[in-house]
Amino acid sequence: MTDRGRRIIIIGAGHNGLVCAATLARAGHHVTVFEAATSVGGAAITREFAPGFRVSAGAHLLHALDPAIAREMKLADHGLDYAATGLGTVGLDPDGQWLRYLGAELEGPGASDADREAIKTFDRQFGRFAALLRNLRGQVPPRLGTRDRGDLLALGKLGWAIRRLGRDDMREFLRIAGINVYDVLNERFESPLLKGAISLDGTLGTFAGPRSNNTVFNLLNRYDDQGYAIPAGGMGTVTAAMADAARQAGADIRTGCPVRRVMMDFDRACGVRLETGDEHTADVVISNADPRTTLGELLGLQRLEAGFAHRVKHIRAKGGVAKLHLALDGLPAFNGLDEALTGQRLVIAPDPDYVERAFNHAKYGEFSAQPAMEITIPSLHDNRLAAPGQHVLSANVQWAPHDLKGGWNGARRHLVEACLLMLEQYAPGIRDQVLHHELRSPWDLAAEFGNAGGHWHHAELTLDQSMMLRPVPGAAQYATPVNGLYLCGAGSHPGGGIMGNAGRNAAWVVDRDLAAGTTGTPEPTEDEA
Amino acid sequence: MKKYDAIVIGAGHNGIANAAFLQKAGLDVLLVEKNDWIGGASVSRNLHEDWIYSNCSYVCSLLRPEVYRALDLAKYGLQVVPYGGSVTFSSDGDYLGRYTDPDASRREYQRHSPRDADALHRYERDVMRQCRFIRQFLLRTAPDPTSFKPRDLLELLHIGRELWALGEDTIYDTMRFYTMSIADYLDEYFENPLIKAAKAGSGIIGSAMGVMSPGTAYVLLHHAMGDVDGTAGAWGFARGGMGAIANAMQACFEDHGGTTITGASVEQITTRGGHVTGVALANGDEHRADTVVSNMTLPRTFLECMDPKDLLPEFLEKCRNFKIRGSSGKLNIALDGLPEFTALRGNTELLCADMHLVDSIEKLERAYDDWKDGHWSREPYLDMLIPSLTDPTMAPPGKHFMSVFVQYVPPKIEGRDWTDADRDAFSDNVLNRIEAYAPGFRDKVMHVEVRTPRELENEVGLTEGNIFQGELTMDQLLFNRPIPGYAQYRGPVKGLYMCGSSNHPGGGVMAAPGANAAREILRDLRRPNTVPEGWTDD
Repeated sequence: MTDRGRRIIIIGAGHNGLVCAATLARAGHHVTVFEAATSVGGAAITREFAPGFRVSAGAHLLHALDPAIAREMKLADHGLDYAATGLGTVGLDPDGQWLRYLGAELEGPGASDADREAIKTFDRQFGRFAALLRNLRGQVPPRLGTRDRGDLLALGKLGWAIRRLGRDDMREFLRIAGINVYDVLNERFESPLLKGAISLDGTLGTFAGPRSNNTVFNLLNRYDDQGYAIPAGGMGTVTAAMADAARQAGADIRTGCPVRRVMMDFDRACGVRLETGDEHTADVVISNADPRTTLGELLGLQRLEAGFAHRVKHIRAKGGVAKLHLALDGLPAFNGLDEALTGQRLVIAPDPDYVERAFNHAKYGEFSAQPAMEITIPSLHDNRLAAPGQHVLSANVQWAPHDLKGGWNGARRHLVEACLLMLEQYAPGIRDQVLHHELRSPWDLAAEFGNAGGHWHHAELTLDQSMMLRPVPGAAQYATPVNGLYLCGAGSHPGGGIMGNAGRNAAWVVDRDLAAGTTGTPEPTEDEA
Repeated sequence: MKKYDAIVIGAGHNGIANAAFLQKAGLDVLLVEKNDWIGGASVSRNLHEDWIYSNCSYVCSLLRPEVYRALDLAKYGLQVVPYGGSVTFSSDGDYLGRYTDPDASRREYQRHSPRDADALHRYERDVMRQCRFIRQFLLRTAPDPTSFKPRDLLELLHIGRELWALGEDTIYDTMRFYTMSIADYLDEYFENPLIKAAKAGSGIIGSAMGVMSPGTAYVLLHHAMGDVDGTAGAWGFARGGMGAIANAMQACFEDHGGTTITGASVEQITTRGGHVTGVALANGDEHRADTVVSNMTLPRTFLECMDPKDLLPEFLEKCRNFKIRGSSGKLNIALDGLPEFTALRGNTELLCADMHLVDSIEKLERAYDDWKDGHWSREPYLDMLIPSLTDPTMAPPGKHFMSVFVQYVPPKIEGRDWTDADRDAFSDNVLNRIEAYAPGFRDKVMHVEVRTPRELENEVGLTEGNIFQGELTMDQLLFNRPIPGYAQYRGPVKGLYMCGSSNHPGGGVMAAPGANAAREILRDLRRPNTVPEGWTDD
């Protein structure tokens, strides 16, 4: 039998790189993954940040992992297990007037009757709109302006999906999809605490305040009435399972192998050169690194056509979220919360104006001294993360810009201090429980995970950088203008979050192109096979 | 009592244009206006001695040339005099000039950044491409995307075809242009902070967004898609002030036999059995017609001038949610002589141009932060013009009229209503800002008329002082404007129509909503159409 498998190199063993590797290996290709770090996982890892305390050092909640991918890769068989699922969001209040919501449910002393009614309509509509976007995740974005039947069919399907919402929901979708969450929440709810908490979801991981347009789009991307999940053993378990699945399918994953260059043979990518100087050739190179790093550094902008290089240079990827890890000598006592509630996803976002003010600073290169936070205490669900009686608190802190005026060196201390002051208001006594702390600014995250700008999504997830515009027109269908070079990371459609769709979509495109002989690589000859 | 064929409420430029088109089609039209004068926000007022103030809108470019010709406005006395150039003063004492002579402009840009001088051509080409694309849709009724009517489907198809005709790359550019912030958009072309600030102002005028808010690149179009005498993107003064536009339309309307009543404030739009019957005035008079057209803002029409029982609760809710936050103010100033800007050092050519204060994207954004906090901007974006240099009819010889547009000014001060003291403090701040760039300026000020959102609402009727009769964000554009399902100028009650800037294609002295509404009314009444469809460029 002729081996139709081709040699494929994937740069980076983040979750998308691993999904891509597994998918292509299953299709019979010879896949090698080079990962710069000493372990796989990219920003989905678990690591010890203080003696005896382990934490998901990047992403800390799971909500968008495509179930089809989990099935295809048999992740459960490879060790993926959940410590908690169906976690709702608790809006914290210094006076203990908290509220908790999950889908259409709203409870707690801070919840009003009107809002309990309003959230039903909200959940029904946002659930439908979010499902519409979710269905697009597993598709390669169509190109516009072409007469290609596949493209037109995909657009027709999208149009039909929007029409199928029915007249009223379709009107509402077309009205709000492009605007800001601040105005939409003011139309629907009365409680500042509820609006604040949801508005934080509209801005989480982006460089945009609640009043910035695109935040409804961001909220829809995150919206899931099934709640959040925490993998047992932290986020590293997810990528470990993925790596396991990829290896079992035949992929070769090499850690501690930073790639320095994408090598080119005249007009096509032909392999990679490692930091060590070793060269590896392949028929196709796929990059899980962010697009600016891939095209700007590993390939080099000078190898791209000027107009395209210009677009790449202007991809916006300004990270704005810092990560705070606290090792605690006990469970913090949040005002009004019992232990079950403390284990939910907690947010400090008392009202949308508070969140907007927190964002104001980021625009001018300052961190907010009164930040908005998304907090989890995973050790409540998982005793592997800390010794008995001790706890880990993991928080996303907004906003803390990558390009801080004056640099991050002296500033981390001040931000930690601001966070602790803030937390002390909501959980008195927490300061005294802190044994160790670690603050990872976007600058640190970029250094640890290699994503330019320290941005969660590798490129800001806004309408002008989504779908067929993501990361830039001309590379939005995973293939770059350079023959044989593909993208498979969060910088491509559908963006960040531990979903794996970018990796799987890219794998399909590569496999299709290889079969059709359109990657710019010559067809394999019989002797090669 | 005499029954008219149609009553148009509000003699702003859209109301008059609407009335004129209906009258030309043979309808007997009554135009009612609450003020003792006509014009709405397109008005010339004599408020101080021999000065004429364009006291609301102050420059002309967006007025659709199709309307200009169809209503024969030249014959009725409208002259638009182009002015050239612009200048932006920076706080370090320098300035950035734009001249009518492209070579001079290029040299000036080169002085600040040779790279940006090269980018200028590319930038202008790309923006003009967007202008040319949008212009063809201004005088067309937006399709309802939820409708299966052949007319809506054909119009959707038309838009799709025109978009496809742009070609793949330009489609992507267009999508990005509509969704980006002006600051990000400019970053793709320019590097010099002053050049970026100078260009960014047009993205925020009249809007409740900051230069860093996504969606502001599109607002730029509302200040670039016009033309003067076929020169796309050019701006001009209506000779005799902006009232000249309304007056010429009014002359056309009356020439065709239309009737106008001024000083007639509409208290209620009356209905019977789900159909409009006319209007009841505040003075007790009633006028009857089977067609009533409102040029008032959406909230004013439905929340103030109609019986809530005539409308569905969901519709009222949508009217209450209509975003119409004011963000601008204005100072109209009578000057004893020309201001002397230190930076210009006698370069008087630029005094005839559009003059701006603000020198960086960051300061523009901080001005917006002030607005969000419910305060007027401490360092506002100022757009200043001295029309009397170009049009001597505006002020006595040797004296001048200066129009100072101010962004941002909130509709409420920290949640409470404006007081006279607030207004004076606001005005003082603006005058002091100008004084800092033009020493001796305040001594030349003979009279100031200050317009905050409060004055704009009370006098002109612009709800919350929003100059566009509704914000220009994606939820309120095209088929979403003013409310999804009501974007074709027809109100929720039979015989009721809307023709103000709350409707597609929005604000600016464009007369397009008025013209489009007239076309729909004539269609419903099965009358011959007098309203031109949009022309395509080139």
